[in-house]
Amino acid sequence: MHTQNRSPNTVDRSQSFSPLGYPTNLLTPGQTYATVNQTIADIPLKRAPGPWWVGFIISFLLLMMFLVAVTWLFWKGVGVWGINIPVAWGFAIVNFVWWVGIAHAGTFISAILLLLFQPWRTAINRFTEAMTLFAVCCAGLMPLFHLGRPWVFYWLFPYPDTMRLWPQFRSPLVWDVFAVGTYFTISLLFWYLGLVPDLATVRDRAKKLWQKKVYGFFALGWRNSASHWQRHQIAYLLLAGLATPLVLSVHSVVSFDFAVAIVPGWHSTIFPPYFVAGAIYSGFAMSLNIVIPVRKIYHLENLITDRYLNNMANIMLVTGMIVAYGYFIEALMAWYSGDIFEIYMMTNRAFGPYGWVFWVLMLFNVLVPQALWSGRIRRNPVLLFIVALFINAGMWIERFVIVITSLHRDFPPSMWAMFYPTKWDWMTLFGSVGLFLTLQFLFIRFVPMISISETRELVAEPQKANTL
Amino acid sequence: MNKRYGLLAEFSTPEELMHAAEEAYDAGFRKMDGYAPFPVDGLAEALGKKNRLPLLVLIGGIIGGVGAYFMQWYANAVSYPLNIGGRPIHSWPSFIPITFELTVLGAGLTAFFASFALNGLPRPHHPLFGVPEFDRASQDRFFLCIEASDRKFHPKDTRTFLQSLNPLSITEVPE
Repeated sequence: MHTQNRSPNTVDRSQSFSPLGYPTNLLTPGQTYATVNQTIADIPLKRAPGPWWVGFIISFLLLMMFLVAVTWLFWKGVGVWGINIPVAWGFAIVNFVWWVGIAHAGTFISAILLLLFQPWRTAINRFTEAMTLFAVCCAGLMPLFHLGRPWVFYWLFPYPDTMRLWPQFRSPLVWDVFAVGTYFTISLLFWYLGLVPDLATVRDRAKKLWQKKVYGFFALGWRNSASHWQRHQIAYLLLAGLATPLVLSVHSVVSFDFAVAIVPGWHSTIFPPYFVAGAIYSGFAMSLNIVIPVRKIYHLENLITDRYLNNMANIMLVTGMIVAYGYFIEALMAWYSGDIFEIYMMTNRAFGPYGWVFWVLMLFNVLVPQALWSGRIRRNPVLLFIVALFINAGMWIERFVIVITSLHRDFPPSMWAMFYPTKWDWMTLFGSVGLFLTLQFLFIRFVPMISISETRELVAEPQKANTL
Repeated sequence: MNKRYGLLAEFSTPEELMHAAEEAYDAGFRKMDGYAPFPVDGLAEALGKKNRLPLLVLIGGIIGGVGAYFMQWYANAVSYPLNIGGRPIHSWPSFIPITFELTVLGAGLTAFFASFALNGLPRPHHPLFGVPEFDRASQDRFFLCIEASDRKFHPKDTRTFLQSLNPLSITEVPE
């Protein structure tokens, strides 16, 4: 039965549903090892489809714009941005927190769902882990740009320098360096470890010599032996166990950058959990924004079934509610503190010069996602894609509100100023999206984008692919 | 006589491979390995494989954590103490985040590199890659290879034994 030659691209619509009307299939019926191998492993071996080129060229142009913006920044200094005193943390920090947050869904899906034995991670974990890596790349660049003297960034590391100085380890900014650095390293190792057996599959299916050589090199000589798999599985599980507290710690540390400071609007104990929930929220939104078009372009509906979309939408709904609760608690604590500065900050945030941004945030992040209560929207790829776009924009606006409105009216009114982004700010933001998407397109083109070995496991154990 | 690496039997399902592995272990073979396109539950145990990876990862994590705490204590309390508003020089709570991060980093790096090192990877070539059918081990077939270096290996008897397991094919793997 493994050699039967059915086209992997015909969508079987015979979905099964739970009593509540949720789709339960993780694989459409009739998938075999052969169709799975062919569907996934042949994408990197064949020519790229037209839509790939369109997407790649647009992303690459955005990346070039990023290069221009960054070159000008390095030439002139951070004065080209709209930052001033008191708003010293402008777009760079807003973008940093946004990108780190987006990264988190990847680890959530690959590590936490693995530990919870959730089989619905199988078809999306590779994508979202790649998304994690690329989002952390974008995030890591932002504080470097913001340094003003980016060429001395290594002063943040403990190294035996000739000035006989050490980093101040009590500072959350130094914690950040270690947290984001560790996060990137662990995400990369986790991703590559999962990838090695799949690269071996591509190596063994490759027809052209250069493909055999390149994929063979990166497959490291993987032989699929029982002892290989045993160590691989244990290492994978241990890395998942390590990545789980790590992902919670990283965004907590990022929130300490704010919460440890005494600035009204930042100095708040709700920040770590509320940042982590927001991170997972935006990360799932970004995953959906990537998975939905890719599923369409590469005809992967047999492997990435509606159940995945439905479950991802459910997670967005839950984390979105936690984020909404965070907004509520922030306002409540400002009022309850009785502190004149806290109360003023909150009033100014909602009704001051940036008040309209705050209400846009409420619309995008609290109101629009309520649409996800409807099962029809959760299972409609186009509508889900639109809701996810709103959430992505909303999460960026949230960080804008946190950073800018807390800073722009400092304690004495003589220290009040407005922040207006310049075109260089916008070019850096959209350019970083270009960097992210360019890397994502290259990944889709050259690397098996769904875990082939894990999907084969689902084929071997069909009951696992069809449970609630 | 030409040198051989072992005898390779091909199966079509994980259950058959599992059965073959148990039979071979009971027959006294030890130097052998199973090959499957995905991890088959219990296969490594059935073949008598052990592994020490978790212990190494624990040691890696401890080294990372202790090293991180020592580094911060030495830097901020011994080598370059800074008195900020009379706060304690050895302020341990603020050293915890980096201690945690580097514990994870030490354990994670160990898990990754030790799993490959114990597997003997990277290794670009292996006698099994000389068998054309073996390409399917990464796709849809299941293999059991009894190696010629096993004490009980005998070219003819081992082939007869493998034949009794009803494989799709038996191939001699040249060295």
